[in-house]
Amino acid sequence: MASDTTWSAKPGNCGCDNRAMSFLPAQKHPQPQSLSDLFMSFTLLALQGFGGVLAVVQRELVEKKQWLTREEFVEDWAVAQILPGPNVVNLSMMIGDRYFGLRGALVALAGMLTLPLLVVLAMALLFAGIADVPAAQGALRGMGAVAAGLITATGLKLIGALHTNVMGARICWALAAITFIAIALLRIRLLWVLLVLGGLASMWAYRQLGALRAVGASQ
Amino acid sequence: MSHPPLSIVMTHADWLGLFTHFMTLSLLSIGGAITTAPEMQRYLVNDRLWLTDAQFNSSIALAQAAPGPNVLFVALVGWNVGLNAGGGLGAGMAGWGFALLGVAVTMVGMMLPSATLTFFAARWGHRNRELRPVRAFKQGVAPIVIALLLSTGWVLTAGHNHPAQDWPLWLLTVVTALVVWKTRIHLLWLLGAGALLGALGLA
Repeated sequence: MASDTTWSAKPGNCGCDNRAMSFLPAQKHPQPQSLSDLFMSFTLLALQGFGGVLAVVQRELVEKKQWLTREEFVEDWAVAQILPGPNVVNLSMMIGDRYFGLRGALVALAGMLTLPLLVVLAMALLFAGIADVPAAQGALRGMGAVAAGLITATGLKLIGALHTNVMGARICWALAAITFIAIALLRIRLLWVLLVLGGLASMWAYRQLGALRAVGASQ
Repeated sequence: MSHPPLSIVMTHADWLGLFTHFMTLSLLSIGGAITTAPEMQRYLVNDRLWLTDAQFNSSIALAQAAPGPNVLFVALVGWNVGLNAGGGLGAGMAGWGFALLGVAVTMVGMMLPSATLTFFAARWGHRNRELRPVRAFKQGVAPIVIALLLSTGWVLTAGHNHPAQDWPLWLLTVVTALVVWKTRIHLLWLLGAGALLGALGLA
Protein backbone atom coordinates (compact mmCIF):
# COMPACT_ATOMS: atom_id res chain seq x y z
CA MET A 1 0.00 0.00 0.00
CA ALA A 2 2.55 2.54 1.12
CA SER A 3 4.89 2.03 -1.82
CA ASP A 4 2.63 3.63 -4.41
CA THR A 5 2.66 7.06 -2.87
CA THR A 6 5.35 9.69 -2.92
CA TRP A 7 4.70 10.76 0.62
CA SER A 8 4.70 7.44 2.40
CA ALA A 9 7.01 7.13 5.37
CA LYS A 10 7.78 3.93 7.16
CA PRO A 11 6.53 4.04 10.75
CA GLY A 12 9.26 4.61 13.25
CA ASN A 13 11.94 5.90 10.92
CA CYS A 14 11.89 9.50 12.02
CA GLY A 15 10.82 9.45 15.64
CA CYS A 16 7.46 10.81 14.65
CA ASP A 17 5.48 7.75 13.59
CA ASN A 18 2.14 9.15 14.58
CA ARG A 19 2.65 12.04 12.16
CA ALA A 20 3.90 9.76 9.45
CA MET A 21 0.57 7.94 9.65
CA SER A 22 -1.09 10.75 7.76
CA PHE A 23 0.98 9.97 4.69
CA LEU A 24 -0.53 6.57 4.22
CA PRO A 25 -3.01 6.47 1.35
CA ALA A 26 -6.66 6.39 2.29
CA GLN A 27 -7.50 3.16 4.07
CA LYS A 28 -10.21 0.89 2.82
CA HIS A 29 -13.46 1.78 4.48
CA PRO A 30 -17.19 1.47 3.78
CA GLN A 31 -18.49 3.25 0.67
CA PRO A 32 -21.86 4.32 -0.74
CA GLN A 33 -23.28 1.31 -2.57
CA SER A 34 -25.18 3.03 -5.37
CA LEU A 35 -26.49 6.37 -6.59
CA SER A 36 -29.77 5.79 -4.77
CA ASP A 37 -27.86 4.95 -1.59
CA LEU A 38 -26.01 8.24 -2.05
CA PHE A 39 -29.23 10.20 -2.65
CA MET A 40 -31.05 8.66 0.30
CA SER A 41 -28.08 9.02 2.63
CA PHE A 42 -27.67 12.71 1.92
CA THR A 43 -31.42 13.37 1.99
CA LEU A 44 -31.77 11.73 5.41
CA LEU A 45 -28.66 13.50 6.58
CA ALA A 46 -29.92 16.91 5.46
CA LEU A 47 -33.33 16.34 7.05
CA GLN A 48 -31.70 15.67 10.43
CA GLY A 49 -29.71 18.87 10.30
CA PHE A 50 -31.49 21.69 12.08
CA GLY A 51 -29.61 24.96 12.25
CA GLY A 52 -27.06 23.65 9.78
CA VAL A 53 -26.05 20.16 8.75
CA LEU A 54 -22.41 20.00 9.81
CA ALA A 55 -22.87 18.31 13.19
CA VAL A 56 -24.95 15.60 11.54
CA VAL A 57 -22.53 15.19 8.66
CA GLN A 58 -19.68 14.45 11.03
CA ARG A 59 -21.71 11.97 13.04
CA GLU A 60 -23.29 10.17 10.08
CA LEU A 61 -20.39 10.05 7.63
CA VAL A 62 -17.51 9.56 10.05
CA GLU A 63 -18.98 7.79 13.07
CA LYS A 64 -21.87 5.77 11.62
CA LYS A 65 -21.35 5.10 7.91
CA GLN A 66 -17.57 5.53 8.11
CA TRP A 67 -17.32 6.71 4.51
CA LEU A 68 -14.58 9.03 5.78
CA THR A 69 -12.04 8.78 8.59
CA ARG A 70 -11.83 11.66 11.02
CA GLU A 71 -8.61 12.84 9.35
CA GLU A 72 -10.10 12.64 5.84
CA PHE A 73 -13.13 14.53 7.08
CA VAL A 74 -11.04 17.42 8.40
CA GLU A 75 -9.05 17.60 5.15
CA ASP A 76 -12.11 17.44 2.90
CA TRP A 77 -13.88 19.91 5.12
CA ALA A 78 -10.97 22.33 4.67
CA VAL A 79 -11.41 22.13 0.89
CA ALA A 80 -15.21 22.42 1.14
CA GLN A 81 -14.78 25.47 3.33
CA ILE A 82 -12.23 27.34 1.22
CA LEU A 83 -14.27 27.00 -1.98
CA PRO A 84 -17.33 29.23 -2.41
CA GLY A 85 -20.74 27.72 -1.81
CA PRO A 86 -22.49 26.03 1.10
CA ASN A 87 -19.85 23.91 2.87
CA VAL A 88 -21.96 20.83 3.49
CA VAL A 89 -23.21 20.84 -0.09
CA ASN A 90 -19.64 21.17 -1.36
CA LEU A 91 -18.59 18.25 0.83
CA SER A 92 -21.46 16.07 -0.36
CA MET A 93 -20.59 16.81 -3.99
CA MET A 94 -16.95 15.91 -3.37
CA ILE A 95 -17.93 12.56 -1.87
CA GLY A 96 -20.42 11.86 -4.66
CA ASP A 97 -17.80 12.67 -7.32
CA ARG A 98 -15.21 10.47 -5.65
CA TYR A 99 -17.34 7.32 -5.92
CA PHE A 100 -19.58 7.94 -8.95
CA GLY A 101 -18.06 10.87 -10.88
CA LEU A 102 -20.18 13.75 -12.17
CA ARG A 103 -23.41 11.77 -11.74
CA GLY A 104 -22.51 11.15 -8.11
CA ALA A 105 -21.83 14.83 -7.51
CA LEU A 106 -25.18 15.83 -9.03
CA VAL A 107 -27.07 13.13 -7.12
CA ALA A 108 -25.42 14.20 -3.85
CA LEU A 109 -26.32 17.82 -4.59
CA ALA A 110 -29.92 16.87 -5.35
CA GLY A 111 -30.15 14.72 -2.24
CA MET A 112 -28.88 17.53 -0.07
CA LEU A 113 -31.30 20.16 -1.43
CA THR A 114 -34.48 18.69 -2.96
CA LEU A 115 -36.51 17.44 0.00
CA PRO A 116 -35.15 20.03 2.46
CA LEU A 117 -36.20 22.75 -0.02
CA LEU A 118 -39.77 21.43 -0.06
CA VAL A 119 -39.76 21.21 3.74
CA VAL A 120 -38.52 24.77 4.22
CA LEU A 121 -41.17 26.12 1.82
CA ALA A 122 -43.85 24.16 3.67
CA MET A 123 -42.57 25.58 6.95
CA ALA A 124 -42.70 29.10 5.54
CA LEU A 125 -46.36 28.55 4.61
CA LEU A 126 -47.19 27.18 8.06
CA PHE A 127 -45.10 29.62 10.05
CA ALA A 128 -46.67 32.63 8.33
CA GLY A 129 -49.69 31.88 10.53
CA ILE A 130 -47.97 31.49 13.91
CA ALA A 131 -44.91 33.74 13.69
CA ASP A 132 -46.29 36.03 16.41
CA VAL A 133 -46.99 33.33 19.00
CA PRO A 134 -44.49 33.63 21.92
CA ALA A 135 -44.19 29.85 22.30
CA ALA A 136 -43.19 29.50 18.64
CA GLN A 137 -40.53 32.20 19.02
CA GLY A 138 -39.31 30.53 22.23
CA ALA A 139 -39.02 27.18 20.49
CA LEU A 140 -36.95 28.83 17.74
CA ARG A 141 -34.64 30.31 20.38
CA GLY A 142 -34.24 27.01 22.20
CA MET A 143 -33.44 25.15 18.99
CA GLY A 144 -30.94 27.85 18.07
CA ALA A 145 -29.11 27.37 21.38
CA VAL A 146 -28.97 23.61 20.83
CA ALA A 147 -27.69 24.15 17.27
CA ALA A 148 -24.85 26.28 18.64
CA GLY A 149 -23.94 23.46 21.03
CA LEU A 150 -23.99 20.90 18.21
CA ILE A 151 -21.52 22.88 16.12
CA THR A 152 -19.24 23.44 19.11
CA ALA A 153 -19.23 19.71 19.90
CA THR A 154 -18.29 18.93 16.30
CA GLY A 155 -15.25 21.16 16.63
CA LEU A 156 -14.30 19.52 19.96
CA LYS A 157 -14.53 16.03 18.46
CA LEU A 158 -12.32 16.90 15.50
CA ILE A 159 -9.47 18.15 17.71
CA GLY A 160 -8.33 14.52 17.90
CA ALA A 161 -7.59 14.61 14.18
CA LEU A 162 -4.78 17.10 14.85
CA HIS A 163 -2.67 14.44 16.61
CA THR A 164 -1.42 13.26 13.23
CA ASN A 165 -0.85 16.76 11.87
CA VAL A 166 2.57 17.34 10.35
CA MET A 167 2.89 20.78 11.98
CA GLY A 168 2.98 19.35 15.49
CA ALA A 169 0.69 19.96 18.46
CA ARG A 170 2.01 23.33 19.61
CA ILE A 171 1.72 25.04 16.22
CA CYS A 172 -1.75 23.53 15.75
CA TRP A 173 -2.97 24.88 19.08
CA ALA A 174 -1.49 28.30 18.35
CA LEU A 175 -3.16 28.45 14.93
CA ALA A 176 -6.49 27.36 16.39
CA ALA A 177 -6.28 29.95 19.17
CA ILE A 178 -5.40 32.81 16.81
CA THR A 179 -8.22 31.80 14.45
CA PHE A 180 -10.74 31.72 17.29
CA ILE A 181 -9.66 35.16 18.53
CA ALA A 182 -9.72 36.64 15.02
CA ILE A 183 -13.10 35.23 13.98
CA ALA A 184 -15.12 34.87 17.18
CA LEU A 185 -13.81 37.79 19.23
CA LEU A 186 -12.43 40.36 16.77
CA ARG A 187 -14.92 39.45 14.00
CA ILE A 188 -12.33 39.77 11.22
CA ARG A 189 -13.56 38.73 7.76
CA LEU A 190 -13.21 35.02 7.07
CA LEU A 191 -11.58 35.63 3.70
CA TRP A 192 -8.64 37.48 5.26
CA VAL A 193 -8.17 34.94 8.02
CA LEU A 194 -8.13 32.11 5.53
CA LEU A 195 -5.74 33.89 3.17
CA VAL A 196 -3.24 35.15 5.76
CA LEU A 197 -3.33 32.49 8.46
CA GLY A 198 -4.10 29.64 6.06
CA GLY A 199 -1.30 30.79 3.77
CA LEU A 200 1.27 30.94 6.56
CA ALA A 201 0.17 27.58 7.96
CA SER A 202 0.31 25.94 4.54
CA MET A 203 3.83 27.25 3.98
CA TRP A 204 4.90 25.91 7.37
CA ALA A 205 3.29 22.53 6.63
CA TYR A 206 5.03 22.50 3.22
CA ARG A 207 8.37 22.99 4.93
CA GLN A 208 7.63 20.28 7.50
CA LEU A 209 6.62 17.82 4.81
CA GLY A 210 9.94 18.50 3.07
CA ALA A 211 11.88 17.94 6.28
CA LEU A 212 10.04 14.67 6.84
CA ARG A 213 10.82 13.49 3.33
CA ALA A 214 14.48 14.39 3.77
CA VAL A 215 14.64 12.34 6.96
CA GLY A 216 12.88 9.45 5.22
CA ALA A 217 15.25 9.59 2.22
CA SER A 218 18.42 9.61 4.31
CA GLN A 219 17.58 6.28 5.94
CA MET B 1 -50.77 35.86 4.04
CA SER B 2 -52.98 36.52 1.06
CA HIS B 3 -51.44 39.96 0.58
CA PRO B 4 -47.67 40.36 0.55
CA PRO B 5 -46.32 43.34 2.51
CA LEU B 6 -44.91 44.82 -0.69
CA SER B 7 -46.35 45.10 -4.18
CA ILE B 8 -43.74 45.38 -6.88
CA VAL B 9 -43.50 45.01 -10.64
CA MET B 10 -40.54 43.08 -11.99
CA THR B 11 -39.60 43.18 -15.67
CA HIS B 12 -37.68 40.48 -17.50
CA ALA B 13 -34.59 42.61 -17.06
CA ASP B 14 -35.22 42.72 -13.31
CA TRP B 15 -35.42 38.93 -13.09
CA LEU B 16 -32.24 38.66 -15.11
CA GLY B 17 -30.60 41.20 -12.80
CA LEU B 18 -31.69 39.18 -9.77
CA PHE B 19 -30.23 36.05 -11.35
CA THR B 20 -26.86 37.58 -12.22
CA HIS B 21 -26.60 39.22 -8.80
CA PHE B 22 -27.01 35.86 -7.10
CA MET B 23 -24.49 34.33 -9.51
CA THR B 24 -21.99 36.92 -8.29
CA LEU B 25 -22.86 36.31 -4.65
CA SER B 26 -22.35 32.60 -5.26
CA LEU B 27 -18.70 33.10 -6.16
CA LEU B 28 -18.21 35.31 -3.09
CA SER B 29 -19.80 32.87 -0.67
CA ILE B 30 -16.63 31.52 0.90
CA GLY B 31 -17.56 30.06 4.26
CA GLY B 32 -21.16 29.49 3.19
CA ALA B 33 -24.03 31.39 1.59
CA ILE B 34 -24.82 33.04 4.92
CA THR B 35 -21.61 35.10 4.67
CA THR B 36 -23.15 37.00 1.74
CA ALA B 37 -26.30 37.90 3.69
CA PRO B 38 -25.23 41.51 4.40
CA GLU B 39 -24.58 42.18 0.70
CA MET B 40 -27.82 40.41 -0.30
CA GLN B 41 -29.77 42.53 2.15
CA ARG B 42 -28.21 45.72 0.80
CA TYR B 43 -29.14 44.83 -2.79
CA LEU B 44 -32.66 43.47 -2.28
CA VAL B 45 -33.94 45.62 0.59
CA ASN B 46 -32.06 48.93 0.34
CA ASP B 47 -31.19 49.22 -3.35
CA ARG B 48 -33.96 47.57 -5.35
CA LEU B 49 -36.77 47.69 -2.74
CA TRP B 50 -37.91 44.20 -3.77
CA LEU B 51 -38.12 42.89 -0.21
CA THR B 52 -38.86 44.29 3.26
CA ASP B 53 -36.34 44.04 6.07
CA ALA B 54 -38.75 41.87 8.06
CA GLN B 55 -39.13 39.47 5.13
CA PHE B 56 -35.38 39.19 4.81
CA ASN B 57 -34.81 38.54 8.53
CA SER B 58 -37.59 35.99 8.84
CA SER B 59 -36.21 34.15 5.81
CA ILE B 60 -32.94 33.61 7.64
CA ALA B 61 -34.55 32.70 10.98
CA LEU B 62 -36.89 30.17 9.40
CA ALA B 63 -34.17 28.52 7.34
CA GLN B 64 -32.08 28.12 10.48
CA ALA B 65 -34.96 26.45 12.27
CA ALA B 66 -35.74 24.17 9.34
CA PRO B 67 -33.81 21.00 8.57
CA GLY B 68 -31.28 21.16 5.78
CA PRO B 69 -28.38 23.33 4.71
CA ASN B 70 -28.53 26.99 5.75
CA VAL B 71 -28.27 28.00 2.08
CA LEU B 72 -32.02 27.36 1.86
CA PHE B 73 -32.61 30.81 3.30
CA VAL B 74 -31.85 31.93 -0.25
CA ALA B 75 -34.89 29.98 -1.46
CA LEU B 76 -37.08 31.77 1.09
CA VAL B 77 -35.67 35.13 0.02
CA GLY B 78 -36.55 34.27 -3.59
CA TRP B 79 -39.97 33.00 -2.52
CA ASN B 80 -40.73 36.33 -0.82
CA VAL B 81 -39.52 38.39 -3.78
CA GLY B 82 -41.81 36.27 -5.97
CA LEU B 83 -44.74 36.80 -3.59
CA ASN B 84 -44.20 40.55 -3.73
CA ALA B 85 -43.99 40.49 -7.54
CA GLY B 86 -46.95 38.19 -8.11
CA GLY B 87 -49.45 39.59 -5.64
CA GLY B 88 -49.08 36.78 -3.10
CA LEU B 89 -50.68 33.35 -2.87
CA GLY B 90 -54.09 35.03 -2.69
CA ALA B 91 -53.61 35.85 -6.38
CA GLY B 92 -53.99 32.17 -7.23
CA MET B 93 -51.93 30.38 -9.84
CA ALA B 94 -50.05 33.54 -10.84
CA GLY B 95 -49.05 34.16 -7.21
CA TRP B 96 -47.74 30.62 -6.82
CA GLY B 97 -46.00 30.81 -10.19
CA PHE B 98 -44.12 34.00 -9.33
CA ALA B 99 -43.17 32.67 -5.88
CA LEU B 100 -41.75 29.50 -7.40
CA LEU B 101 -39.99 31.51 -10.11
CA GLY B 102 -38.35 33.52 -7.34
CA VAL B 103 -37.15 30.32 -5.67
CA ALA B 104 -35.76 28.94 -8.94
CA VAL B 105 -33.99 32.15 -9.97
CA THR B 106 -32.30 32.74 -6.60
CA MET B 107 -31.40 29.11 -5.85
CA VAL B 108 -30.03 28.30 -9.31
CA GLY B 109 -28.14 31.60 -9.32
CA MET B 110 -26.70 30.86 -5.88
CA MET B 111 -25.73 27.25 -6.58
CA LEU B 112 -24.61 27.06 -10.21
CA PRO B 113 -21.30 28.98 -10.16
CA SER B 114 -20.06 27.72 -6.79
CA ALA B 115 -21.06 24.11 -7.47
CA THR B 116 -19.31 24.15 -10.85
CA LEU B 117 -16.16 25.65 -9.40
CA THR B 118 -16.17 23.27 -6.44
CA PHE B 119 -16.66 20.26 -8.67
CA PHE B 120 -13.60 20.96 -10.81
CA ALA B 121 -11.36 22.37 -8.07
CA ALA B 122 -12.09 19.56 -5.61
CA ARG B 123 -11.64 16.94 -8.32
CA TRP B 124 -8.23 18.41 -9.20
CA GLY B 125 -7.30 18.52 -5.52
CA HIS B 126 -8.29 14.90 -4.99
CA ARG B 127 -6.42 13.64 -8.07
CA ASN B 128 -3.32 15.47 -6.87
CA ARG B 129 -3.76 14.74 -3.18
CA GLU B 130 -0.27 13.27 -2.86
CA LEU B 131 1.38 16.43 -4.22
CA ARG B 132 3.32 18.25 -1.56
CA PRO B 133 1.51 21.63 -1.96
CA VAL B 134 -1.92 19.96 -1.79
CA ARG B 135 -0.94 17.99 1.32
CA ALA B 136 0.60 21.10 2.86
CA PHE B 137 -2.59 23.09 2.29
CA LYS B 138 -4.83 20.46 3.86
CA GLN B 139 -2.53 19.91 6.84
CA GLY B 140 -2.00 23.64 7.33
CA VAL B 141 -5.67 24.58 7.24
CA ALA B 142 -6.89 21.74 9.50
CA PRO B 143 -6.45 23.52 12.86
CA ILE B 144 -7.96 26.70 11.39
CA VAL B 145 -11.01 24.79 10.19
CA ILE B 146 -11.55 23.26 13.63
CA ALA B 147 -11.24 26.68 15.28
CA LEU B 148 -13.81 28.05 12.80
CA LEU B 149 -16.34 25.50 14.04
CA LEU B 150 -15.73 26.52 17.65
CA SER B 151 -16.01 30.17 16.56
CA THR B 152 -19.37 29.53 14.88
CA GLY B 153 -20.72 28.02 18.10
CA TRP B 154 -19.42 31.04 19.98
CA VAL B 155 -20.86 33.62 17.56
CA LEU B 156 -24.30 31.99 17.59
CA THR B 157 -24.30 32.01 21.40
CA ALA B 158 -22.82 35.47 21.86
CA GLY B 159 -25.66 36.95 19.79
CA HIS B 160 -27.69 36.57 22.99
CA ASN B 161 -25.82 39.16 25.01
CA HIS B 162 -28.00 39.89 28.02
CA PRO B 163 -26.50 37.62 30.71
CA ALA B 164 -29.26 38.05 33.27
CA GLN B 165 -31.88 37.00 30.73
CA ASP B 166 -29.93 34.77 28.37
CA TRP B 167 -27.98 32.53 30.80
CA PRO B 168 -30.41 29.62 30.31
CA LEU B 169 -29.67 29.70 26.56
CA TRP B 170 -25.93 29.66 27.23
CA LEU B 171 -26.34 26.79 29.66
CA LEU B 172 -28.36 24.90 27.08
CA THR B 173 -25.59 25.41 24.51
CA VAL B 174 -22.85 24.26 26.88
CA VAL B 175 -24.78 21.21 28.05
CA THR B 176 -25.58 20.29 24.43
CA ALA B 177 -21.94 20.59 23.43
CA LEU B 178 -20.82 18.34 26.31
CA VAL B 179 -23.55 15.75 25.71
CA VAL B 180 -22.83 15.52 21.97
CA TRP B 181 -19.10 15.43 22.57
CA LYS B 182 -19.23 12.62 25.11
CA THR B 183 -22.28 10.54 24.18
CA ARG B 184 -23.91 9.18 21.04
CA ILE B 185 -27.45 10.36 21.77
CA HIS B 186 -29.45 11.16 18.63
CA LEU B 187 -29.23 14.85 17.77
CA LEU B 188 -32.98 15.14 17.12
CA TRP B 189 -33.72 14.44 20.81
CA LEU B 190 -31.57 17.39 21.77
CA LEU B 191 -33.23 19.71 19.25
CA GLY B 192 -36.63 18.54 20.46
CA ALA B 193 -35.64 19.22 24.05
CA GLY B 194 -34.39 22.68 23.05
CA ALA B 195 -37.64 23.48 21.26
CA LEU B 196 -39.69 22.27 24.24
CA LEU B 197 -37.66 24.24 26.80
CA GLY B 198 -37.90 27.31 24.58
CA ALA B 199 -41.64 26.97 24.00
CA LEU B 200 -42.22 26.64 27.76
CA GLY B 201 -40.23 29.82 28.29
CA LEU B 202 -37.44 28.04 30.19
CA ALA B 203 -34.66 28.90 27.75
